[in-house]
Amino acid sequence: MTTELSLYERLGGALAIRAVTESFYRRVLSDDLLAPYFDDVDMDRQIAKQAAFLTMALGGPHEYTGRDIRAAHARLGPLGDEHFDAVIAHLAAALREFGAGEAEIAEAGAIAGSLRDDVLNR
Amino acid sequence: MRVTFEGREYELRPGESVLDGMARHGVRLPSACRSGTCQACLLRAVSGDPGPAARRGLKPAWAASGYFLACLARPPADLVIAPPGGTARIPATVERVRRLAADVLSVRLRPGRPLRFEPGQHLTVTREGGVTRTYSIASLPTATGDIELHVRLYPGGAMSGWLAGARRGAAVTVGSPAGECFYVPGSPRAPLLLAGTGTGIAPLLAVARQALASGHQGPVAVLHGSATRPGLYLGTRCPAPLAAAARGRTVTWRTCVLEAGEDIVSAAVAELGVLAAGPASARAFLCGGPGVVRRLRRQLFLAGMPLAAIAADQFAAAAP
Ligand SMILES: Cc1cc2nc3c(=O)[nH]c(=O)nc-3n(C[C@H](O)[C@H](O)[C@H](O)COP(=O)(O)OP(=O)(O)OC[C@H]3O[C@@H](n4cnc5c(N)ncnc54)[C@H](O)[C@@H]3O)c2cc1C
Ligand code: HEM
Ligand code: FES
Repeated sequence: MTTELSLYERLGGALAIRAVTESFYRRVLSDDLLAPYFDDVDMDRQIAKQAAFLTMALGGPHEYTGRDIRAAHARLGPLGDEHFDAVIAHLAAALREFGAGEAEIAEAGAIAGSLRDDVLNR
Repeated sequence: MRVTFEGREYELRPGESVLDGMARHGVRLPSACRSGTCQACLLRAVSGDPGPAARRGLKPAWAASGYFLACLARPPADLVIAPPGGTARIPATVERVRRLAADVLSVRLRPGRPLRFEPGQHLTVTREGGVTRTYSIASLPTATGDIELHVRLYPGGAMSGWLAGARRGAAVTVGSPAGECFYVPGSPRAPLLLAGTGTGIAPLLAVARQALASGHQGPVAVLHGSATRPGLYLGTRCPAPLAAAARGRTVTWRTCVLEAGEDIVSAAVAELGVLAAGPASARAFLCGGPGVVRRLRRQLFLAGMPLAAIAADQFAAAAP
């Protein structure tokens, strides 16, 4: 595995991140377990935030200045591991669609996975 | 490299982005991701070229209107920039008001000086007393410079009611045309899907005609939705100006009446399936009531269209 390049660079930078994010979000909105949480959320704002967040998480050139992850999810009511796992699975599927290798998918999954307690407000 | 902003000049260092350079001079422009994904730092180039990298990921309509991202812009030459919203106002007169239906007016305005616009964009109209409303341009550029609007007549409407009784020559002012609902050449084979409700069909008809006039080759489908059957004020058959512009290209006109159980959202998704082998190749234009435009956008996105390929204008009511 190449180590000089961040996962972000290997995935092709901002343009691919945007496409991955759209694919990811499309999957989330098509998932009956998750979709209700996004009914009142503005798609553009959310996609832009997720793209910014993913870029940072994948080691891209980033300063994520949104609300912190814990605060953003705390007001959604009780979220469980099933929600979190579903989100991680959609992220993996979206990365796979854009040609990421399994090692890279695992790397991204680990970065996102490290936020489990924050997202689930534990 | 010099950047002119609100009348003052700022020097950029070699390789410095517009966003960073302006910040160094103490001008804090809106920004968030600083890497071209959030589009919070959107600006407009009034003159000069911000460079191709600065337009990465922008909707084609925006790029064509001079919009660019300050965080990515390393301009190859001097640049004059402005905040994304335009402010100049132009005097205009009411030329003609005609009823297209009991509650829809065709309003023709003559701007006092030539107005640069793309068919389908919208502009603000201000009448005596300062009442201001936004309307979409339903016409293509004409020799007289006149523009046509389709205005839904609301009971007690501060603007629509006034327009219904306006005399020829009545004075108004109009703002700079804005908005993303217009045809951008460059993908002549892309299937075009245009869906609008109520007077939202007016700008879409203009976009479709402009596309065909610009030599668009791909299939064009136009859907007009209305709550009631009489609301289909352009009729159930393809309007003559659109049919005449087809000239061998495939142009489809469909109507959906909500009270008859015909939902424009599912009709649009079905039409996308017919039009496009892969939804990623299509372009969509949506105009009309905010609720239905949001639903259309979401469902077309879920059907596989990239958001950047969907241009939408919500005809929101003015804040009371
Ligand atoms: C980007 C954009 C483009 C637009 N383009 C067009 C266009 O091409 N043609 C067009 O007819 N309109 C268009 N509109 C809507 C238009 O700007 C006005 O909101 C509308 O004409 C009503 O103004 P008014 O002064 O006649 O009525 P107002 O005095 O503002 O309102 C009178 C009454 O009608 C109700 N009402 C007003 N607007 C709506 C609405 N949209 N839906 C439901 N109830 C409403 C009000 O609540 C009020 O009770 C557009 C709006 C936007 C934001
Ligand atoms: C690794 C997992 C996750 C990450 C990295 C993540 C990241 C984010 C980020 C960055 C935001 C924007 C915050 C802001 O600045 O406003 C956000 C918002 C949101 N997230 Fe998550 N999220 C994750 C899991 C989940 C899960 C499991 C759900 C369950 C439904 C969820 C639902 C939402 C909703 C509904 C919002 C919008 C909140 C609002 O705008 O009010 N997220 N998420
Ligand atoms: S700051 Fe996010 S796109 Fe420029």
